[in-house]
Amino acid sequence: MKDHKYITLERIIKNGFVSFGRNVWLAIAAIAMMAITLTILLFAIVANTTFNHTIKDITSHIDVSVYLKDTVTEAQRDKLIGDVKHLDNVNSVSYVSKNDALKQYIKQNANNPDLLSAISQTDNPLPASLNIKPKDPNQLQTIKDFLDKPEVQSLQSDPTSYSGDRKAAIDKITSATHFFQQAGVVGIIVFIIISMLIIFNTIRMAIFNRRDELVIMRLLGASTAYIRGPFIVETMLYGAVAAIISLTICWALFRVASSTLQASSLGLLDIGYSSRYFSDHLFSILTIQILVGILIGAASSTIAARRYLRLNRQ
Amino acid sequence: MILLDRVSKSYNRRGPALERISLHVEPKEFVIIVGQSGAGKSTLFKLLTREEKPTTGKIIVGGIDYEHLKDRDIPLLRRKIGVVFQDFKLLNNKTVYENVAFALEIAGISSAEIKHTVPKVLDVVGLKGKENAYPLELSGGERQRVAIARAIIRQPKILIADEPTGNLDPKHAWDVIKVLEKVNRFGTTVLLTTHNQEIVNALKRRVVTIKDGHIVSDRAVGQYRGN
Repeated sequence: MKDHKYITLERIIKNGFVSFGRNVWLAIAAIAMMAITLTILLFAIVANTTFNHTIKDITSHIDVSVYLKDTVTEAQRDKLIGDVKHLDNVNSVSYVSKNDALKQYIKQNANNPDLLSAISQTDNPLPASLNIKPKDPNQLQTIKDFLDKPEVQSLQSDPTSYSGDRKAAIDKITSATHFFQQAGVVGIIVFIIISMLIIFNTIRMAIFNRRDELVIMRLLGASTAYIRGPFIVETMLYGAVAAIISLTICWALFRVASSTLQASSLGLLDIGYSSRYFSDHLFSILTIQILVGILIGAASSTIAARRYLRLNRQ
Repeated sequence: MILLDRVSKSYNRRGPALERISLHVEPKEFVIIVGQSGAGKSTLFKLLTREEKPTTGKIIVGGIDYEHLKDRDIPLLRRKIGVVFQDFKLLNNKTVYENVAFALEIAGISSAEIKHTVPKVLDVVGLKGKENAYPLELSGGERQRVAIARAIIRQPKILIADEPTGNLDPKHAWDVIKVLEKVNRFGTTVLLTTHNQEIVNALKRRVVTIKDGHIVSDRAVGQYRGN
């Protein structure tokens, strides 16, 4: 009995391949649509990781600088550092002395003798500062509230620097990412539905074309699985073919994009990173695409076969 | 082998197609069922192959009580009953060999066994040498014999032949009938419907006559009764 089942399964798969070969022209629309769907899925995955990468990258550079008056004593300074460390959202605090600041300045402007000479002629004008790294750059309010207290304010020489531009940039990226994520999900769902409808129709036509054969199979006592199985195998093949087509197109696109844009940042999207991510994860991306393709195919053809091969009642 | 007990079948609107039919067929019997079109012969066959369910009554075929037959076991039932149709129902894009092998393929028989069995059966129906021909290259009688080969290859206990000679000229019709008799001699119960008076009278077999959904006569050695 197990032997029969094995043989039957083998024949279902074989017949699926045969009818795939027979219907491939009929199936072109379905395969193309599925390839588009899978391409969108792929871009959604890559764009999402790239956005996340960009956000993480920029976030790690965000900090708050507190500039101290030269008159601040060591005791005041240490107390301030201690207080800041106890704030909720603070990851780390580092102290940059006047000398350190000068060294950094000299280092940063090593190529600019005019600026260097301006500095050396006077006393060191650079203030000492505290460099605060927040845990969550979107929640700077507690730090700000503390720094704005009059007793703390009185220790500061210059207004606090919040890496303001970066914060705005992060907000933009974050909201853009949310938007793209949502748009991506909606887009994927819409395209999956369209693909399924097209596959559904393709299978309906394939069933219609083979109506006589199916009636005969039924009368000769072919099992439901034996009749429906090949259609499902056939559409799973559509899915696999679509996945390979989609991956090939994307691979070519990333090749072109990364060479023409020379891995530069294109606004918010770091194409270089996208392209690296794509080639590093080529295999898992292909696996996901094939799986999704097969799933879409299997789901829609199962529905179509159930709908149009009402085997027991005819 | 076949037992119908007060079986009725009505489709909606029209009156009953069969009304309280009782019929008992012994194993290895050869029964001819006669009746005008619309008398209920086709309905009877559809009930036997479980294409239709009876409205009331009991059907037992080869020990299987249809009342307890689950939908998913219908294919198994159909594999035990060979069926031959007036319009052959062959696959025209497959060769004779493939058409006959088809019946074994769907039953999950191994390829080796198929290769072994198909030529033997084609020999029984007299189609040796026609393995690679396509149905449309054959005469009607040959096509019907392909259909019979396909029906008997799984060695069913019962062979149902629904007007197998309906589309054939007398010579080919007799070829087909002879094959059916041969199949019957091998031990298969045969149910045959036909309009052909000459065949019915010459066969000297049991004849069951159906009219308007009722069995109006059942004779051990029957004759074709006109309308």
